[in-house]
Amino acid sequence: MITLPIFRRLATAVGTLTGVAIVVFVLLRIVPGDPVAMMISPGATASDIAALRAHYGLDGSLLSQFWVWLRSMLSGDLGVSISLRRSVGGVLLERLPATLELCMAALQFAALLGGLVALVGTIWRNSWIEALIDALTGFLLAIPDFIWALALALILGVLWPVLPLSGRLDPSNSSGMATPFFWAESLLRLRFDTFLDLSRHLMMPVLALGLPLAAVIARVLKGALIEAMAQDYVLLAQLKGMSRLRLVLQEALGNALGPTLALTGVQFTFLVGGTVITERIFAFPGIGNMAVDAVINRDLPLIQGLVLVFAVIFIAVNMLVDLLQLVFNPRLRHG
Amino acid sequence: MELTRRQSLALGASAFLSEILFAKSSAVAANKDTLTIAFNVNVPSFDPTSGPSSVNPTIQAIYRSVFDQFIRQKPDLSFQPGLLTAWGWNEDKTKLWMDVRKDVKWHDGAPFTPEDVVWSLERAAKKDGANPIQFIWSTAGNYKIEGNRITGDVLRFEPTFFMWMGFLTGYVLPKAYYEKVGAEGFEKKPIGTGPYMIDEYSGNAFLRLKANPNYWGDKPPFQTVIFKFVPDATTRVAEIESGSSDVTLEVPYEEYDRLLTVKGLTGFVAPISDIGMIFITNKDAMLDKNVRLAAIHAIDKKAIVSRLLRGYGLVIDTLETPEYSAYDASITTPYDPKKAAELLKASGYSPQKPVKFTIQTTRGFKPKDYEMIQAIVGMWRKVGIEAQIEVYEIAKHFELRTTHALAPAAFYNWGNAIGDPTTSTGFAMFGPSPHSAWKSDDLDAKIGPLWGEKDEKKRIAGWKEVNRYIAEQGYVIPLLQYVQPIVFKSELKVTPNTSGALQPTLVTRA
Repeated sequence: MITLPIFRRLATAVGTLTGVAIVVFVLLRIVPGDPVAMMISPGATASDIAALRAHYGLDGSLLSQFWVWLRSMLSGDLGVSISLRRSVGGVLLERLPATLELCMAALQFAALLGGLVALVGTIWRNSWIEALIDALTGFLLAIPDFIWALALALILGVLWPVLPLSGRLDPSNSSGMATPFFWAESLLRLRFDTFLDLSRHLMMPVLALGLPLAAVIARVLKGALIEAMAQDYVLLAQLKGMSRLRLVLQEALGNALGPTLALTGVQFTFLVGGTVITERIFAFPGIGNMAVDAVINRDLPLIQGLVLVFAVIFIAVNMLVDLLQLVFNPRLRHG
Repeated sequence: MELTRRQSLALGASAFLSEILFAKSSAVAANKDTLTIAFNVNVPSFDPTSGPSSVNPTIQAIYRSVFDQFIRQKPDLSFQPGLLTAWGWNEDKTKLWMDVRKDVKWHDGAPFTPEDVVWSLERAAKKDGANPIQFIWSTAGNYKIEGNRITGDVLRFEPTFFMWMGFLTGYVLPKAYYEKVGAEGFEKKPIGTGPYMIDEYSGNAFLRLKANPNYWGDKPPFQTVIFKFVPDATTRVAEIESGSSDVTLEVPYEEYDRLLTVKGLTGFVAPISDIGMIFITNKDAMLDKNVRLAAIHAIDKKAIVSRLLRGYGLVIDTLETPEYSAYDASITTPYDPKKAAELLKASGYSPQKPVKFTIQTTRGFKPKDYEMIQAIVGMWRKVGIEAQIEVYEIAKHFELRTTHALAPAAFYNWGNAIGDPTTSTGFAMFGPSPHSAWKSDDLDAKIGPLWGEKDEKKRIAGWKEVNRYIAEQGYVIPLLQYVQPIVFKSELKVTPNTSGALQPTLVTRA
């Protein structure tokens, strides 16, 4: 039965989210930086400051503030952003799709590249190709995503200016999209000009986020493939005269996917975290970029909303990976 | 020849990649009617009178494009008619009057009226509103409209009332439209009377403006203006260097020097109304006048500007810059390490037995802020001051300042784009102000009477005297006036704006 583990994981997720909400709420109120202090006008009196504090609901005790926030949150109201002067929920719904599209594109790219590299490395094991691949993945892993972002901006944006440096779309054109999922919508509506423009803007952030992840996938998958290739059933298939390519694809790959999937899930959450810097560098209008502004402005309601969204993504990804593991590995279902 | 499925897929992928890599790059922003600005901050809100973004001097470049101010501020900080064509007080300064410009239209075609002006002023003055400059707008009220003239009562004389009409939150918003669509509706589709209308906005990405065909003033120089929100300085450098943007600002000084050598680019650095200073808090060692004055005389500001900031900055000795009305070049606090050592010796301190205190600073908030403080601490050490550096975030600085809990010395930058001494020396040094660090009765007694002084000459002379007194007592350490680097394509002409706002109306084809 796969239903029971799903419910168990859902219950754990609710508990984790509640914990995250409490920790974030408390942490934001004890870390240095009072949002009201940043807004006080030069001629403000003590009563003006108190009025401002009350205006933003920061005048009550920590407990009462938390109660008000929790009550609102449970009714679907994440509050109003101090800096954007709009509902946090609305802003997040508007910006989240850009980040999700970026992350999914980076994941797809990383899975394709990493998978390909792992297969090539396994097929040509103990050759100069494998050595080259090991060196390449080591190199990709050694450089963090934000350095990739800066390097790509310099190479593909300045020295060989073939890709746009910033934004999600060419600002001289109107998107004309009905949903915030521009990339998916443009493809579904066969708006190829918009799709290409979006793809060009996505290219550098995707490379920056995807290259390190591709290296991780390549290393883990290659290791798992090599392990699987040493199994008796694979050796038997080899004795039957199966080609190395078929051995890898038909016999070893299935078993090697399990550990790769688990690690990719974990690494994907790091990729989502990496959007904060990458989106900032490429002025990509997702929640990562917005998070930096929110922190600078000490926009507490927005920070809280953003952290919750990141937490939901992390939990959802982990749950999805767990479920996929359950699907692919029957032993886990009955364990 | 028939293609296999694999070949078709490979061909499709190659075509897609080629299109991505070799399609006409958006870098080629060669449309002569379009100006693309790689801007350093996002515009979080389109209400120029409310919330934190309304008091961000940089964002005024965007607000001034879409909205008009009551009174216009010229690039040299002086004022000229805006939506008000004339203004003033009566002789005893108990009443004020304003003449409203005729034949102005809102972006939706509705006529602009004196009711809009009065509504905007009354809205700004509301105690429970979100206008950060409410303390100024609430000093007048009881407005009456007669034709195109508005009169009102002066509730408390505020000499800078009309100056603020040309700066932060001094904008006229459309009464009827705002009341119809509400605050959220206005944020979604804001309208003004300004030279440009909002065409498309993508938060954290770009803002596209189109020229207002009915604009009452000079015809906007570009049909389309695009603000790309690029907060990362490295990316802004890449934007201008690759040709993706026509103008950018606030790039590191090293990059500015390099970009000027790039073919097709030019630029300038111009002084802006932003200064670097060290707040002194009246506590611990800073209660000793000798220590304060020694700390001031031990700093070689010229060396800091020339060596650390590559010459990009102007040394100041008071909180007033040459553009401000209370600037007095005769007030100086020269670099004199010998005098600093003597002052310290008089209080029993020496390099062997140094006076100790903490100095707080931001790191990376302003150009070379931390490095400047490191250099200053080094200079202090030579004369007998041992300062411990504590790095804090700007938000923490605000919190500490409003609670009077800053360290004995704390680095900060201060802006004053209306150029009046109340907004520089006044709010930074007057004890009751939540923004002052030095709080003492002697200084408050000198500043207090100047707030409501109706004789302008006497008022400015009074502030000059206050500045002299502050320098003599060593109540603050003014360091330098910042300069703003702007880089742009050679075919453009950009007028420097002392307020620091890079307004599209100040950019033309060369």
